[in-house]
This record gives sequence, C-alpha cells and structure tokens, in this order.
Amino acid sequence: MQFPIYLDYSSTSPCDPRVAAKMAECLTLEANFGNPASRSHKFGWKAEEAVENARKQVADLLNCDPREIVWTSGATESDNLAIKGAAHFYSKKGKHIITSKIEHKAVLDSCRQLEREGFEVTYLDPDSKGLISPERVAAAIRPDTTLVSLMHVNNEIGVINDIEAIGKVTREHGVIFHVDAAQSTGKLPIDMETMQVDLMSLTAHKTYGPKGIGALFVRRKPRVRLEPQMHGGGHERGMRSGTLATHQIVGMGEAFHLAMLEMDSDNARILKLRNRLLEGLQGMEEVYVNGDLDHRVAANLNISFNFVEGESLMMALRNLAVSSGSACTSASLEPSYVLRAIGLNDELAHSSLRMTIGRFTTEEEIDYAIEKVKEAVGKLRDLSPLWDMYKDGVDISKIQWAAH
Amino acid sequence: MAYSDKVIDHYENPRNVGKMDDTDLNVGTGMVGAPACGDVMRLQIKVNADGVIEDAKFKTYGCGSAIASSSLLTEWVKGRSLDEATAIKNSDIAEELGLPPVKIHCSVLAEDAIKAAIADVKAKRGA
Repeated sequence: MQFPIYLDYSSTSPCDPRVAAKMAECLTLEANFGNPASRSHKFGWKAEEAVENARKQVADLLNCDPREIVWTSGATESDNLAIKGAAHFYSKKGKHIITSKIEHKAVLDSCRQLEREGFEVTYLDPDSKGLISPERVAAAIRPDTTLVSLMHVNNEIGVINDIEAIGKVTREHGVIFHVDAAQSTGKLPIDMETMQVDLMSLTAHKTYGPKGIGALFVRRKPRVRLEPQMHGGGHERGMRSGTLATHQIVGMGEAFHLAMLEMDSDNARILKLRNRLLEGLQGMEEVYVNGDLDHRVAANLNISFNFVEGESLMMALRNLAVSSGSACTSASLEPSYVLRAIGLNDELAHSSLRMTIGRFTTEEEIDYAIEKVKEAVGKLRDLSPLWDMYKDGVDISKIQWAAH
Repeated sequence: MAYSDKVIDHYENPRNVGKMDDTDLNVGTGMVGAPACGDVMRLQIKVNADGVIEDAKFKTYGCGSAIASSSLLTEWVKGRSLDEATAIKNSDIAEELGLPPVKIHCSVLAEDAIKAAIADVKAKRGA
C-alpha cells in the first residue's frame, strides 16, 4: 500500500493514465499544439478536430447535442456563467431566483452577487436527509421567478436530488433550471432527453480528468440564452471567449468517454467498498451517517463520530487523506453549513468525516482505513470529557456551555 | 494545516490524561469551552496542604492544538503554587507550542481552564 491512502475523490480525482496520455499528445511542436481557432492552416484544423471530438465525447455522456456544450475553466466558472448569465439575460422577465442552502459556494456566492445587484433569492431548506423535493421547488416559484439552481449530487454528503422530477416542475412554470453536476458525472446516468434541465455545470477533475477544464451544457431546444461573463474573441458561440486549451479539453473528453464505458463497473466495485467501509465502522457506538444513505452516490460516506472532534481525528489519521465538516479545517470557525442545514447539531457537525472512494481504491486500503479510524476514535474518546459524561449518563445538551 | 513538532508530540503522547475525584476538597475542576465551538477542556488539579499543585489531569475534546495546550498546561502547573499557576498566560502556551493565529483561542481556553480549576479549589477549601 502507498501512504497516505487517498480517500478524498470528491475533492478531486487523479487523472486516469489513459487521459494523461491523450493530453500529452497536444502539447509540443511535434504534437497537436495548434490554436483550434486558427482557420488558415493545418495546425489549427487538427486542434479543432480534437476539440470537436472531445465535445462529442462530453455530449455523449449527457446524451445531448455537441453544440450544447460550452467549454469553461471548470464548474465554478460554469456556475457563474449559468446563474449570472441567465439571471441577467432574463432580468426583464423577473428578478427572483431559487436555490438551496446546501449548494456549492460557487452557486451561493453567485446568488449573493445577484442579490447585491437587486435580485431576490430564495434559499430552500433541504429535508433532514439533505434532499430538495419537487414540491418544495414548486411552492417557491413566483410569477417573477426566472431561474432555479440546484445540485445533482451534494459534494459533502453525496445525496442525489431527483432532477427529472424537479425539471418537470420548472418546465411547467417556464422557469430556467440550472443543475450543478460536478459531483455526478461518471457516478450517475445523465440523460438530457429525459431530464428537463436547461443549464448543467460540468467539471473534468472529479471524473479522472484534468483540473482547470469544465463545460456548461446550454440547451438549444427550447433555447436558453445567456449574457456572457467573459468577453473577447467570441469563442464558444460568443458565450465564453478565450483560446481553447486543447490538451485540457482532450483530457476532459477522454475522461468522460471512459466514464461512459466504465460507469457501471466502477459503481458496482465502489459500492461494495463503501458498504464494506460502512459496515466496518458501524460496529462502534455513537456513529451516525449524515444524509440519506439510499439516495446517495456509491463513492460517498459522510459519518459522524460523536464526542470526537473532526480535526483531531484527521490528525490521528495522517495516513488517510480524508476531509472533515469540522470548523477547524477551514479558515472560518463555523462547522459545515451543509451539515448544519440538514439539522445536525454543532457537536455532530464538528465530529464528521467525509470519505470518498474512487476508481483506484482497493479493498486492502478500505480495511486499513477501518482499522485506523476505529483506533483513532477510541484514542480520542479516551481523551474526551464529553465521552466521559456520556458514559456517566450526563445529558450534554442540557448543560449550559459558555460559548467562546 | 501544518502542526509544530511540539503540538504533534503532545497530541500523540498526551501527558496526565485522566479524571480525579471531584468530591475531594483538595481537587479543583475547571471545565471550559463548548461542544458547539468544537472545544471542551476539563482540567483538574490536586492541591496539597502547602497550597502546591501536586497533581494535574485533563481531558479535552477539540483539535490537536487544544489537546496539546491542555496537556502542556498539566505539565507546567505541577509543583507550582496556586499563585504561580494563576500567573501562566495564554501567550506563554501559544509561544511554547508555536500555535498559529487561528489556534490562539486554544491557548486562551487552557488559561481559562486553569483559572477555573484554581477558583474551584479555593472555593471548596474556603467553604
């Protein structure tokens, strides 16, 4: 085994070696280095061909038209382009947007910016499992609503929104539906024939492609219009200017092509590993899975170990690369806003670990992780005054704590 | 975040972990922090007839820096008088452990804990 063991695939995944090999073919003089926008020579034509082939590969994974794919630098840019671009374009029709409290910061911050510009935003509460129901969306739609933005799969707890059902609601009301699918490509089937989604943000680097490249799906029928956020040479049908990064795009195309071929076998294997991990950890006392376990991608396990603080837990797990919803992992001192929004108390939010499994995870690594987590939780509980109190039958929620 | 070697040492080999009998009149307990904030420290001291701290124990729920701050403090207070222990400042702890600015609150909590434990034992003995 190689240490540390990587169990943070939802943060980013390594490039598949097959992807890296394709990318390396697009860099040097002897290779396909041309500017895809150069119309006057073979270097440009060859690069353009590679870009269009990749566009087709991405479109195939979504079952959409390649002309509906706009290259961006990643899901953050796609979210910005979709939300600000659509809100601005349709602002004469209305200035109300609906999203949820557990969206990625790229969505929430784009909405905050629109609020500063005079738009009104409704932030839906998820249920205690982390899901947004179509009914909740329908109830929030107003005559001046122009856009609904919800994620397909949550990055922290891995739960899956029913995009097909929500899409029916938004289409009925003539509202644009944007979906951040950064966490779902290669993990769930996506079909633009059956999903009435108007805009979908994609990224390569969570699906074994390179960082720094993504795309936005922009539906043609019915046509969705956007105000560009990046002005320049009019690339990507004017929606996103900037010289196309052939090697990145080719990498994303290959990654999505592999995702299409290998999604089923990857998922079956990963689910077995996730269940093995869960079973291994559930033997302990006071262990809670955060978010719905059934409507969840196979790769994700988000779990809280009561009376143990997440950062100290990660410190004990130096041989495991995982992430925590604890405050201390980020610059802010607040625990995860996602876990808070699904109703976890602060203690459990501070005590959470997110372990995400991927294409290269082995059974041996999972068994090692189980053993190490158990050991660390045991050690830290021996150190924890809260564990003592719990064992003595003291109700910690009834104590008046002095906040600091 | 990178931890200093001293924080890692205290975290991996915490000194004086444990619990004392709180009903003992010579034992002072300071419990500070809140689970919601991600830190709870329980620091206990046992004071002899001469007013010297002869033993100290702690348990801490919190990050590595919080655990290290309380572990270090139990080492420091042993053998000191109550007045000497009162004089320990959070900046001394932060400096010794090389805590970064975002972790200064851990050392503040440790100072609060020893002050609370001293106040507790004084109150008990005075009673």
